[in-house]
Amino acid sequence: MTVDELAEGVLRGDRRLLARAMTLVENRTPRGRHLLRLLYPHSGRAHTVGVTGSAGSGKSTLTGALTHELRRRGKTVGIIAVDPTSPFTSGAILGDRIRMQDLTGDHDVFMRSVATRGSLGGLSEAVADLMCVLDAAGKDVVIVETVGAGQDEVEVARTAQTTVLVLTPGTGDDIQAMKAGIMEIADILVVNKADLPGADTLLGHLRALLMLNRAEGWQVPVQRAIASREEGVVELADAIEQRRRFLETSGALETARRERARHQLLAAMRSALIRRAVGESEGVSRLEEAVERVASREIDPHTAAEELIEQVRER
Amino acid sequence: MTTTEQRQIRVLIAKPGLDGHDRGAKVVARALRDSGMEVIYTGIRQTPEMIAEAALQEDVDVVGLSILSGAHMELFPRVVEALKARGVSDVVLFAGGIIPEEDVAALRALGFRGIFRPGASTQEIVEFVRASVEPRE
Repeated sequence: MTVDELAEGVLRGDRRLLARAMTLVENRTPRGRHLLRLLYPHSGRAHTVGVTGSAGSGKSTLTGALTHELRRRGKTVGIIAVDPTSPFTSGAILGDRIRMQDLTGDHDVFMRSVATRGSLGGLSEAVADLMCVLDAAGKDVVIVETVGAGQDEVEVARTAQTTVLVLTPGTGDDIQAMKAGIMEIADILVVNKADLPGADTLLGHLRALLMLNRAEGWQVPVQRAIASREEGVVELADAIEQRRRFLETSGALETARRERARHQLLAAMRSALIRRAVGESEGVSRLEEAVERVASREIDPHTAAEELIEQVRER
Repeated sequence: MTTTEQRQIRVLIAKPGLDGHDRGAKVVARALRDSGMEVIYTGIRQTPEMIAEAALQEDVDVVGLSILSGAHMELFPRVVEALKARGVSDVVLFAGGIIPEEDVAALRALGFRGIFRPGASTQEIVEFVRASVEPRE
């Protein structure tokens, strides 16, 4: 199958070819990059939504429930669910489908499980590319669900237009959220499992915290939800639509678009440079050699990096 | 070090039918993960359509079905059919669980390349999966 045929398949909504295309893109192959080149001009229509929050906060369940609501509103949905790769074996168990089983029969929902992998390109870059594929395939809303609340997630969240941060009562999530600097990137805050004790305290706490932030522009809503019973999901879908309208009418969409373009371009340059300098097998040994020299303090990392890049220019 | 263009084996582990015992399936999923594969685990009580659709969307190389209820001769052909209906014809199929000896030949004819009955080790399964996945881009 040629890359052109694959791209055509994605654009006309062939699910099998869409799945294949995502594999190529995820594996960072030259064919995957070629494919992105063809698809990128067709992307940019979808509203991209990041759902993040600590493990066990109910992100998958909430994403599933939100997707049901979006479907009731006639929107087609693409989902990218990220789970961690084991740093020891490079394997991963991707279990997000368990919470979204009933979406499987709906052909206007396409869900893909993605492992973080240890790729040189970085997770956020791979996810941004996968979102582009689902966007080009015509999905109205593309949701990316990340695990945890660390720097990686902040990066991933940054690739989405709207970031939903999911917190739960009684887990110290309010403090975690402040520590990780993740409050700043949240566009919508959801207190999930709101039937648990401490929900009102957390809601009050979050509202108080938000009063200190962002004086003008988008007002971050703080919502309650019980995702397992699909409670609060209508309100969440409303907030996402309001956010989209706000982005469109305030001009923020354009600013954010340029900001994301800059971010993605710099990330792509970084990986292209790394690929050229140390990508192929001979490059790997060059890298290992440099690692040894840096580790033994023979040379500092900056000079070693300059040397590796210089070799690219010479070739 | 991982290279930029590595090829990851992706496996779907699914439990068709109504039995709710998934310890075996989880052990296999874990063993495959520990050998470096990406395992999509979909949980219990899956219909053949759900399994086939997950295999399609996740673009897996291998589908492993676990069953203890005895309904394999009913459900497995339907999984194969649902896969075919979606154009997913190039995945490696294997099955594990309580499968009597006399059904093995029929399942092989259906396209199941690996059949792991009680007593099979996870190592056997890992080796089977690794050996049966042909390098693909």
